[in-house]
Amino acid sequence: MKKWIDIIVNRIFTVSGFTTSAAILLIIGFLFSEAAGLFYNPIIDKGYVLALNQQNTVTELSAKEIKDIFDEEITNWKELGGPDMPVKVFRLEDLDKYYSEEELGPEYEYAGDKIAEQIYRNPGIIAFVPEVLIEHHSNLRVIDGKTIPVKDVLLGDEWFPTATPSPIFGILPLVSGTLWVSFFAILIALPFGMAVSIYLAEVADDRKRRLLKPVIELLNGIPSVVYGFFGLTVIVPFLQNVFNLPVGESGLAGSIVLAIMALPTIITVAEDSMRSCPRAMREASLALGASQWQTIYKVVIPFSASGITSGIVLGIGRAIGETMAVLMVTGNAAVMPSSILEPLRTIPATIAAELGEAPAGGAHYQALFLLGVILFFITLFTNACVEFVSARNKSKK
Amino acid sequence: MAIGTNSTYNRRKKGIQHFMFAIFRILSIFVALILFFILGFIIVKGISVINWDFLTEFPRDGMTRGGIWPAIVGTFYLMTGSALFSFPIGVMSGIYMNEYAPKGRLVSFIRMMTNNLAGIPSIVFGLFGMAFFVNRLSFGDSILAGSLTLGLLALPIIIRTTEEAFKNIPNSYREGSMALGATKAQTIWKVLLPMAMPRIITGLILSMGRVSGETAPILFTCAAYFLPKLPQSIFDQCMALPYHLYVVATSGTDIEAQMPIAYGTAFVLIMIILVMNLLANSIRKYFEDKLKSK
Repeated sequence: MKKWIDIIVNRIFTVSGFTTSAAILLIIGFLFSEAAGLFYNPIIDKGYVLALNQQNTVTELSAKEIKDIFDEEITNWKELGGPDMPVKVFRLEDLDKYYSEEELGPEYEYAGDKIAEQIYRNPGIIAFVPEVLIEHHSNLRVIDGKTIPVKDVLLGDEWFPTATPSPIFGILPLVSGTLWVSFFAILIALPFGMAVSIYLAEVADDRKRRLLKPVIELLNGIPSVVYGFFGLTVIVPFLQNVFNLPVGESGLAGSIVLAIMALPTIITVAEDSMRSCPRAMREASLALGASQWQTIYKVVIPFSASGITSGIVLGIGRAIGETMAVLMVTGNAAVMPSSILEPLRTIPATIAAELGEAPAGGAHYQALFLLGVILFFITLFTNACVEFVSARNKSKK
Repeated sequence: MAIGTNSTYNRRKKGIQHFMFAIFRILSIFVALILFFILGFIIVKGISVINWDFLTEFPRDGMTRGGIWPAIVGTFYLMTGSALFSFPIGVMSGIYMNEYAPKGRLVSFIRMMTNNLAGIPSIVFGLFGMAFFVNRLSFGDSILAGSLTLGLLALPIIIRTTEEAFKNIPNSYREGSMALGATKAQTIWKVLLPMAMPRIITGLILSMGRVSGETAPILFTCAAYFLPKLPQSIFDQCMALPYHLYVVATSGTDIEAQMPIAYGTAFVLIMIILVMNLLANSIRKYFEDKLKSK
């Protein structure tokens, strides 16, 4: 009996031991399966087609070209390699402009014929209409909705997920926004992080350490939404006054908040690694007549360089993944950032801001999951870096 | 080398050291001041809003008046729910790593996975929770889905503290118990777990502090903007303090009128975190002193 209990307990423990691994696998699986669907979507909204007159020789359009056409930035087919005729945009709701309700029939039963008639009459027309309305008409040319190309997503520099007829999912503005904000955050956090960790590890006596340690722990414990709120009510107006900005919500505000949030990570890891520097090395240096400061920067810091690096990398990881605080203070403009003083938008903030409005299973929803995958890989990469550094460190000792 | 130059060198050496140490000290004080400024700002602005009605009433007039009672209740439910999920599994996982798993590759693999899980950004947990708990398992936006998502987030913290706690128990206790004829399960249950408990509880409290402040994981799994009544079952949505702070501070019809509510909510949130940290620290200190006196 006792033995059986032991075996059962053993099994239960084993299963729970692998929960985290299972969770990671599940996370990977679900993020990927949702995100991969994006590339099977046509560039035009599902169920709709773009129809052209038969005289038009243009056969393919990219999402960006479609957007430019419908935004009336492209006004002549010549620009797209077609015949020299002006572009005429036609949407379903334009139907009422040309035909009365009687002509369209009750329940719009003649709508398909009338659309076809319009397309037939106007050589330069491009019509964005539901597929079902015109599928029986042969005297027009339909642009096939090819699927969203991987290249346009990964290298695209425009993010218009809700544009019709064809949304644009270029992730570069978001990626560069994220890197931009995190880079400045680390730049700000680094001098403070180094100073505090050296102070804690080498300079402060026990009493001061005991005072400062809980401060660092609390900085770590404050919820990100509170940091965001603080940033919104204090840092954003402050920056707006100092730099005379039209809006205070900017990349810099995000960087400052992130710097404060990344500090505890950097400090704890760097301090730990400095403390692990062997006493003998320190004493040897002091015995050679070096001052305490010389010992710190000639012996302790080189010795703990890898630990300090992993602290910084972890800090970067934390900054890249941070959501709420950044969402609240960076102003959320999904454009390529040209200056840190302008509003910009990061990957996590985009997910948080848009997932609520994206219908489940649609292209937008899948694009947001793709952002999640990217984020997941960035953090996996930073973790691997830390793991690698600490493994190398162990073998060095 | 002449003695004179040597002593100037020494003086310069000292001078540089004083200068650098002064910088470190000033920057450290500055970092501490940042914390006190943030805490002070929220406490000073928030405390005037706090009264009994604010804590026990429902929001009224489009969030411009009334209290935050449903958000407090919601956060409490979420904390309890995630603890119910993550505490047993986390503790068992930590015990497995320390007592059962063959040392070496396997343990370091599990530890790596746990570290990775701890490093995943909270918004990714939110995405996963939405895809898996809400949609695939069709829990819907519910306390259950939110608690499970938050529980995953708390899991690594609990596993780590459990592992540490068990590692710190000397082997003589295990051997003593086994020598008396106890099985491994009995040894763990009767000897090791009671000794490790204070540390594990500390970890649990810290993880609950973290859970109470997380917003991103519950955005799409549980949190509601406003609910006219308290949740009735674990399949209902709930309001939560951090999400409430977010919506009150960033959206709504009358931001000016909502500001006091936002300060009050931030104050309550900060207080929860402060109390949790204080509690964890004093438990840790109490048992450390007790161990020392032994």
